[in-house]
Amino acid sequence: MTRPDVVVTGLGATTPLGGDVASTWDAMLAGRSGVSALTQEWAEQLPVRIAAQLAVEPSEVLDRIRLRRLDRSEAIAIIAAQQAWADAGLAGSDLDGERLAVSVGSGIGGATTLLAQDDILEASGPRRVSPHTIPMLMPNGPAAWVGLELGAKAGVHAVASACATGAEAIALGLDIIRSGRADVVVAGGTEAVIHPLPIAGFSSMRAMSTRNDDPERASRPWDKGRDGFVLGEGAGVLVLERADHAAARGARVYARLAGAGVTSDAYDIVQPHAEGEGAIRAIAKAIADADVAKQDIVHVNAHATSTPVGDMLEIGALHKALGDHPVLAATKSMTGHLLGAAGALESIATILAIRDGVVPPTINLDDPEPGLTLEVAAHKARHMEIPAALNNAFGFGGHNVALVFTRP
Amino acid sequence: MTRDEITTGLAEILEEVAGVNPDDVAEGKSFTDDLDVDSLSMVEVVVAAEEKFGVKIPDNEVQNLKTVGDAVSYIAAQS
Repeated sequence: MTRPDVVVTGLGATTPLGGDVASTWDAMLAGRSGVSALTQEWAEQLPVRIAAQLAVEPSEVLDRIRLRRLDRSEAIAIIAAQQAWADAGLAGSDLDGERLAVSVGSGIGGATTLLAQDDILEASGPRRVSPHTIPMLMPNGPAAWVGLELGAKAGVHAVASACATGAEAIALGLDIIRSGRADVVVAGGTEAVIHPLPIAGFSSMRAMSTRNDDPERASRPWDKGRDGFVLGEGAGVLVLERADHAAARGARVYARLAGAGVTSDAYDIVQPHAEGEGAIRAIAKAIADADVAKQDIVHVNAHATSTPVGDMLEIGALHKALGDHPVLAATKSMTGHLLGAAGALESIATILAIRDGVVPPTINLDDPEPGLTLEVAAHKARHMEIPAALNNAFGFGGHNVALVFTRP
Repeated sequence: MTRDEITTGLAEILEEVAGVNPDDVAEGKSFTDDLDVDSLSMVEVVVAAEEKFGVKIPDNEVQNLKTVGDAVSYIAAQS
């Protein structure tokens, strides 16, 4: 049996740069930063007082009663999925639910619900804890809600691989369609943990930028002055579809999801492998799986979180596994790091880069590291033909995911 | 408290918790069948009613409160 082609027919997102894909992409191409100061009272005591917060609050999209039952990460997953579904031309369609699966993960899950309900437990006792607590904080909550929303009956899956989650969820979607378990998979990631505890936790790891007095310049991948990532929130969702299924219904196709590579380091719980061995293998596997020539992969949307160690390890991995010819983008320089949603949002950016023939800018790259051997579209977008592109995502736990997208 | 006052109070809770239109709330209405209050939201309604009316509604009583009128009667008897 020949392996079915898988294509992307719908995109949805709500991000620090915009409430949908179009506004987010416009802001990216313009090189805008979504990072701002945290003005909430709870932020005053924190070592990190900046973050990339949603441009459009979920309350502007979903009604109050729905939001009462949803963790913020679930609400934005639903919003992004609704957009992607409509974008794919599937709203109101008679798609068989038994041929529709969902693969939507989160890096941290319903932590803000957990913490808010713990406050209620401490202050008012167990009877006051919301009966919605468990479905709000369970890590499969976003996937399950999206499945409910769209009527998915071929399985709803919640991948959890920290900052690689969104990309791994897409890789799982590819597997599901290739294996014949579904014709359509709604896949992506979501994250909403801008709260003092996760910020304090990441801060204690010394993983976050403390450039509190200059939020828009804090996320600066590959720049000598980088000092850690900037926490972001948002959701990104793709509609993946078997190519012949998409063709039969005359769907607009953005790109092919040509291949995926998923590896684990087995090295350290948080430190990436010192030579980027797992990342190299993931990239190599994705290229082999996609069966495309390395020379055609002329653009990479890198994981590049703005941490001192990780950014340059990825450059070494790309150099070894792919070569020095691709033009890179680190869109986290604008969006901050959306953790479990990062791989999904950056896949969307990769797909649109292919469609529009443009590498989005990497802002704040004022003083590049000498080891940055690959080209970057620093400060300004670069127009060029992009037949194929790669998206990387790596996560605490030693997760490495690489995805290859090509023109349809 | 009159039955009407209790009904009005329940309507406020149902609007806050489950988005029920207060005009739809009447003694003959079933929480689940007419007002579309699901089981988890019913738990919220009960806890909010206990607070608002200063009564105790044990879990084993909740299953007997099928309609708004059942709840009004129970609360009226307790308060």
